[in-house]
Amino acid sequence: MEALLPLFVVIPLGFAFITALLGRYIPLFHRIAIPLVFLFLSVLSVWMMANLRETVLTYMVGGWEPVNGIPVGIHLSADGFSVLLLVIINSLAFLSAFYSYAYIEQYTSGHYFYALFCLMVAGMNGVAVTGDIFNLYVFLEIAAIASYALVAFGIKKEELEASFKYQVLGGIGSLFILFGIGVLYWATGTLNMADIHKIIGSTAVSPGIVFAGVLLLAGFGIKSAMVPFHSWLPDAHSSAPSPISAMLSGVLIKSIGIYCLLRFFFNIFTASSQVAYVITTLGVASMVIGAFLAIYQWDIKRLLAYSSISQIGYVVMSAGIGLILLCNHGDIHVAALAIFGGIYHLMNHAFFKGLLFLNAGSLEYRLKTRNLLKMGGLASSMPVTSSTSLVASMAIAGIPPFNGFFSKLVIIVAAVKSGFYGLAIIAVIVSIITLSLFLKFQRYAFYGKPSESATTEKDVPFSMEGTMILLAVCCLLLSLLIFPFFRNLILMPAVHALMNATI
Amino acid sequence: MVLFIMCFILFLVGLYGVITRRNLIKIIIALSIMEYSLNLFFILIGYRKGGEIPILKDAGAVPPVVVDPLPQAMILTAIVIGLATTALLLAIAIRLYRKYKTFDVSGINALKG
Repeated sequence: MEALLPLFVVIPLGFAFITALLGRYIPLFHRIAIPLVFLFLSVLSVWMMANLRETVLTYMVGGWEPVNGIPVGIHLSADGFSVLLLVIINSLAFLSAFYSYAYIEQYTSGHYFYALFCLMVAGMNGVAVTGDIFNLYVFLEIAAIASYALVAFGIKKEELEASFKYQVLGGIGSLFILFGIGVLYWATGTLNMADIHKIIGSTAVSPGIVFAGVLLLAGFGIKSAMVPFHSWLPDAHSSAPSPISAMLSGVLIKSIGIYCLLRFFFNIFTASSQVAYVITTLGVASMVIGAFLAIYQWDIKRLLAYSSISQIGYVVMSAGIGLILLCNHGDIHVAALAIFGGIYHLMNHAFFKGLLFLNAGSLEYRLKTRNLLKMGGLASSMPVTSSTSLVASMAIAGIPPFNGFFSKLVIIVAAVKSGFYGLAIIAVIVSIITLSLFLKFQRYAFYGKPSESATTEKDVPFSMEGTMILLAVCCLLLSLLIFPFFRNLILMPAVHALMNATI
Repeated sequence: MVLFIMCFILFLVGLYGVITRRNLIKIIIALSIMEYSLNLFFILIGYRKGGEIPILKDAGAVPPVVVDPLPQAMILTAIVIGLATTALLLAIAIRLYRKYKTFDVSGINALKG
């Protein structure tokens, strides 16, 4: 099964080049082939998840076997957490690519759009499967550069400005990460993740390793838009074409931000409680400030982008609580519960925030505006968009029986059990603010006084409708993961993969 | 050690430039300075005093001290990535200049809040 790992990188990378070359001559080739490719990859990743369970796969690129137990060459490795991320990336990529079938007609040069899309997914899949820190940097940059270009795809004033801002901040983040990797190599003399963990665990903490930790925290903090570093996210995520916004907000900040952060601080460094407190603080700050900034927005996609910052804060906060408990030798089961809540919320957020951005894309497709004040009364003329966005809004606000309710509940229960009562109260308050945010979105977009366009508009084409309905069903089905059978099958391998190295 | 500290100072010079400059082209130059300082840093990690090039000359005759080849390979990759980022940044800067007729950041402010 380990021979399948390179396919997740090779297939999208190959199709990126094929699409860029052939897309101009064969119309419809890219619009049909690319969703099928991602459908295949998502089926493959689900199959891997069903068969993998608690084992770790390792694939040695080029057949370079370890010499005397020291790894040479690049290793690809997949454990429960990477495979879960592969499932999220590829299924959302399939849905976004299928949605783009109709949406991309607004733009010229659609084949370049699909080529960059494939390149971005190749980079993200690479980040998920790699076991080598420099290789991780290379894949991270592939995904990031493709996303810079995709943000500027509309080449209007706002898109270009957002892309420039994103590139400068993203570039600083990447350089911090590269610096951290250099310092880590200097201190340990190896690039393999498992090997670094072994060396760091067997020696005393040196200043070099602490410095590398600080640099990596700053770099991945910028990539995942935690609060002191968040200023690029609302611009970039609101200016990109909507399927790309769904990918950026739903997957990209998780795979090249949160995933790497958790991977480094749980599996590579020996955790210290100071770092864990810093991570928790960053999470709480993003959660609160993101929600408050979102209230003032009248542009739908900016509102959704700020709420992404806030929801990412939940994930980081609960992972931080888990790390604090593991460092202070607290209750292992509560720590597992906190990490479980974080990963569950990460998965849920990918689906409901993806759906919300696709809803915003449908509104923009029909109305040619993103301003909430110019909408109203669209519930009757756009029934599918309206009802699916209602589902997503209830999921993100945490109303049962949708998935967001259960993951927030787990996070709050974990915070209470670990003794952080203040954090639990903050999480509840932010959840209420999120509810008010999405009531505002529903009220101004779909209900209330009908705008002049409300009666004349019809709903969006089939591919866009179908995607939104599928995602809404996913939002409902994912709440099943709270039951022990599905939880042990899908989420617990990821939790154990993160905790094993730390204990 | 002095060289490492100077490398770090160069990195900070670049960071200062990115934060304070208001011209798009100068921001791009400052980012490149940061990148070059990291390239130097990686080469310094691999350096061994009196080391030779890491190539086996005759059969099995290993030189006593060789420089570490891995950071050199890594930095070749990083230079290529840096080229891609800089090219994309410059392309966007030119497009921005055509829209706004200026390279000044304070004149480019369509996005707020």
